[in-house]
Amino acid sequence: MKPRRIFFPALLLALGLLLAGCHSNEPLPLRLTNISGHMPDLDFKLTDDLGKPVTGADYRGKVTLLYFGYTHCPDVCPLTLAQLHVVMQRLGPLADGARILFVSVDPGRDTPAVMHAYVNAFDPRAVGLTGEPRAIEALSKRYRSAFSREPGSADGNYEVTHSSAIYVFDRAGKARVLATPSASQDDLVHDLHLLLDTGADR
Amino acid sequence: MKSTPLSLLLGGLLFAGGAHATAAEHVHASHAWIRLLPGDLPAGAYVTLQNDGDQPAALSGASSAQYADVMLHHSSTAGGMSRMTMVDAMTVPAHGQAVLAPAGYHLMLMQPTRPVKAGDTVVLTLKFADGSALDTRFIARPANAIDAGDEHAGH
Repeated sequence: MKPRRIFFPALLLALGLLLAGCHSNEPLPLRLTNISGHMPDLDFKLTDDLGKPVTGADYRGKVTLLYFGYTHCPDVCPLTLAQLHVVMQRLGPLADGARILFVSVDPGRDTPAVMHAYVNAFDPRAVGLTGEPRAIEALSKRYRSAFSREPGSADGNYEVTHSSAIYVFDRAGKARVLATPSASQDDLVHDLHLLLDTGADR
Repeated sequence: MKSTPLSLLLGGLLFAGGAHATAAEHVHASHAWIRLLPGDLPAGAYVTLQNDGDQPAALSGASSAQYADVMLHHSSTAGGMSRMTMVDAMTVPAHGQAVLAPAGYHLMLMQPTRPVKAGDTVVLTLKFADGSALDTRFIARPANAIDAGDEHAGH
């Protein structure tokens, strides 16, 4: 009988703690595909559009939107970045807590200077990342994102096939949301609001 | 009314080949715009084409004094992958319309011969498979524009 008496309040306490824990860790009511716990944390070693070496850790404290593309992409990449610019505008001052990370899958042509002019034509909170092909491949593989280069026209141009997904990470660098360019802008604004409202800088 | 088909036929004979020039005569362009990108990066051009004719028209490409090379392209997304492919022609159905819009058909404008800035008007000559051509004025818009900026016009 005695061990049982001790056990019961302990069980209640444990239950209580568990419930309290559940409450504070209640999953965010995200509208887009929730990838929390299904994708690795943001991590890379690349060069930003100012030519500075950066890692994923440099963006801790910010909500980040990771998108793969290349500057010689006149249609889908600019459309996606223009849409993300609209999303950032809709977030108002909150957008300062977010960064668009545009990673080039065409580092041969996309130097930091080219990337700098490109991303700044879209949004002041966009960062262009380029680097060693191996480092870009590692980042792309990390998020099961794919890209390929295909021989193109005679003048040396070539076409690049690339993943259209946008990966959203929270301020701690945890993967949270997977969006596609066709996702509703309202849903993306909604989810970014949730992530930006959660935990202030650092 | 009876004379209409006859005059069309005569007109066709006069211009040496009835099919010649008809596509451009029947197609009207609207919402024509270019998304400018920094430096010499290729830009995308978009336009809505309305065909009032009884025959489908086939847009095969374009040319411009402003760009050394223009190609008709199509973007598509399948299985989470975006790709861009060159296409020979895009059909504008008879009494219908076809739209060149972001994430679909577009004209890829390469190697500008002189700088273009937002607000400029650029003339592109749309070319049809029957050999006819249609000069169209495109408005140059900034990189982060999402449309022609004239969404209230013509609707």
